[in-house]
Formats: sequence, structure tokens, C-alpha cells
Amino acid sequence: MKNNLIQYIYGIADNSLILGQRLGELCGHGPSIETDIALTNISLDLLGQTRSYFQYVAKLQGNGANEDTVAFLRLEREYKNVLLVEQPNTDFGYSIARQFLFDVFHLALLEELQNSKDEMLAAIAKKSIKEVLYHTRFSSDWIKRLGDGTEESHKRIQAAINDLWIFTDELFHQTDADKAMVAEGIGVDVTLLKANYYKKVSSILEEATLQTPSIEYFQKGGKQGIHSEHMGFILTELQYMQRTYPNMTW
Amino acid sequence: MTTTLLLIEKELFEILETVSDPEIPVLSIVEMGVVRSAKLINGIVEVEITPTYSGCPAMDVIGDDIKAAFQQKGYEAKVDLILSPAWTTDWITSKGRIALEKYGIASPLSADADKEALLGNKKLVKCPQCGSLNTKLVSQFGSTACKAFFQCEDCLEPFDYFKCLK
Repeated sequence: MKNNLIQYIYGIADNSLILGQRLGELCGHGPSIETDIALTNISLDLLGQTRSYFQYVAKLQGNGANEDTVAFLRLEREYKNVLLVEQPNTDFGYSIARQFLFDVFHLALLEELQNSKDEMLAAIAKKSIKEVLYHTRFSSDWIKRLGDGTEESHKRIQAAINDLWIFTDELFHQTDADKAMVAEGIGVDVTLLKANYYKKVSSILEEATLQTPSIEYFQKGGKQGIHSEHMGFILTELQYMQRTYPNMTW
Repeated sequence: MTTTLLLIEKELFEILETVSDPEIPVLSIVEMGVVRSAKLINGIVEVEITPTYSGCPAMDVIGDDIKAAFQQKGYEAKVDLILSPAWTTDWITSKGRIALEKYGIASPLSADADKEALLGNKKLVKCPQCGSLNTKLVSQFGSTACKAFFQCEDCLEPFDYFKCLK
């Protein structure tokens, strides 16, 4: 039970950690000061949420574990984030498309998780929803602005949506830990979120004068710890300080 | 608002009032609604605080500042971070809202008005410098996670707006 709960939390928290890290890469590199600050603020929210989850995991693990050991000292296959969040910041359109495709899912997940029988998870979800509402509003706004903007912005945001689409199905795959936690009334049954997700995403894409991709082939693996080639580079940067100077503190 | 204060003993309350939010130095953490309870138990002050935003980097500093403030008055203090119930801008006291405005930060509107303002649909955020409602949204995210960035179209001053969190 405890191990399933920990694995279940990784499945949620690692998404926030890795996306937070990806967005953090844009600090000082955003296309304008406002978007730079927005994306790094979203990163900060996600990393803050991650800290709450990891402090809880560390407490469950005991044995001297702390949020740092949980965040920095796992091996690649022990991270359970979806492939979507590890995709690179190819251009602003990709960063926004990745954010949008994740935010719509994230909000729906948290809205269910706030009813979890696990009080800590319910509390983190309730807190996070307020922040993720702002994230969703920001990314949806930009989808519309880019889609309904210039010929060039339309072309590029459509390309980003098309490329990232193959990672969306994985959001709704259930792991063994998921199933066990759903049975306990702790976890969210993500399969039930799928229909609404695609409906919501499509309606915003339509408003943005963009096409909803119709591809049927999807990528998966992240939830099982089998990541894309990008993950190693992310972890190298993420873990550098703790690996180089073990047990360092600020 | 008042329910917050009920959980805090008067003597402790006065000490907590001297601790300010490091990002907004004119506002005490009590006016901010960050302190949820403070009790003296077996000679140790136990304080519960709640973060405004999950990633708020000020929380660690606030915790240290609380301990230091109590130490100065001869108390040992223990600070716990709690997440539930989640903080809302409704917990900022009316004194706190006045302090925000004086400092140049527009205070949070109601949830519905906030949404209209942040989507740029309606001009509802008042410039804290000249009081004009002729203001425009520059960015939904501002200098910290809790604020959005606005500009007054009359006096042209840029300013922060404290986003509504419900």
C-alpha cells in the first residue's frame, strides 16, 4: 500500500518537477520580458507543488529521506513523468503547446484529486488548483493569440500541436499504482478524464483557428520510467549539484 | 479574517505583527493572513503558517523571521507549514489592503472581476498612484507569483496588481 502510494505520487509530482525544470530553462531566455516572467512564475508554482508532494513522500519513506533525496537522487527509470513534459523548448510555440496540452489535463486531475481520501493529497490538490487555473488561462490565451495571429505564428503553433499530439494519450494510461490507488479511493481514475480533455482542447484549438490533429498513433513510456532521449540531459542538469557535492545544502 | 485572529493569543499576536512579508515589507504576516494559529505550549510558541502560493520563496524567510522575533522577546518558537485550508486573498485584512494600496500594489478584486480584468475584457483595476480606472493589463504574471502587471493609461505608471486567489 505504502509503496503504491509513493509510486502514485511520483506519477503526479514528477510531471510538475520535470515541466518546472523545462520552464526554468527559459529564465532570461523568454521571447519577451512578460512571457519570460510568466513562464518562470509557472515553473515556480510547479516546483512549489512538487516540494509539497516530495515532503510527503519523504515522510512516507522515512529512513532519513528528505525532499532533496527524492528530487535529486533517483535514477532515470525511477522518474514517472509523462513524455509530454520532457519535450524541449524548441520555440515559443512548442513551450506554449506543451503547457496548454498539460494544463488542461493537470486542472482536470487536480479537480478530482481534491476529493481524495488521502488528506495530504487532497490539501495539495486544493492549493494547486488555484495556481493551475492561472496557468491554464495563460496557455489557452496564447494558443488563441498565436493561432489567430499572423500567418507565421499560426503555422508554428499548429506544427507544435501536431508534433506534441502523440504524447497526449499517455496522460490517460493507468499504471498498476494508479489502479491500486483508485481502488482505495485515493487516486484519480484518469481514463474518465479523457473524453472531456479532448473536447476542451479541441474547442480551444477551434477558437484559435487551429486544426485538431487526427493521428491515431501515440507514444508512451514515461509512466513506466522509459523516457525519451531528452530525459538524461534534463536529469544531468537537475541533479548536478547533489551528485557532485553529495548532501550539500544552501 | 477574524477567525484567524481568534486562534492567536494577544501577547503573541503583537510579536507576530512585527514580522513582515519580505516581498511586501509594509504588510505584516498577520495582515497578510499567512499566520493561521499561534499557541504557547509548555513554554514553546507553536506557530502555524500557510503559503500564499506553493512555490513562494518567502515562506522559508518568514519562518526564520518568526523564530527570530520570538527569540528577541525570550521565547522559543516552532513554525509549521500547513496547506489546508488553502490560503485565499480574502484573508488579507482590510488594514492589509490599505497598506498594499499605499505601497503601490492594487489589492485583489472579487473572483469574477479578477477574471474579467486578467482577460483584458474590462477595466476594473484601479491605479494605486492616481486612482484612475483607465488601466491596462501588461502581463498576467508579474514580479512575484501572486501579482499581475498593469499600467495606468492616464498617469502612465506601471504597477502590480495582487491577483485574486479563491
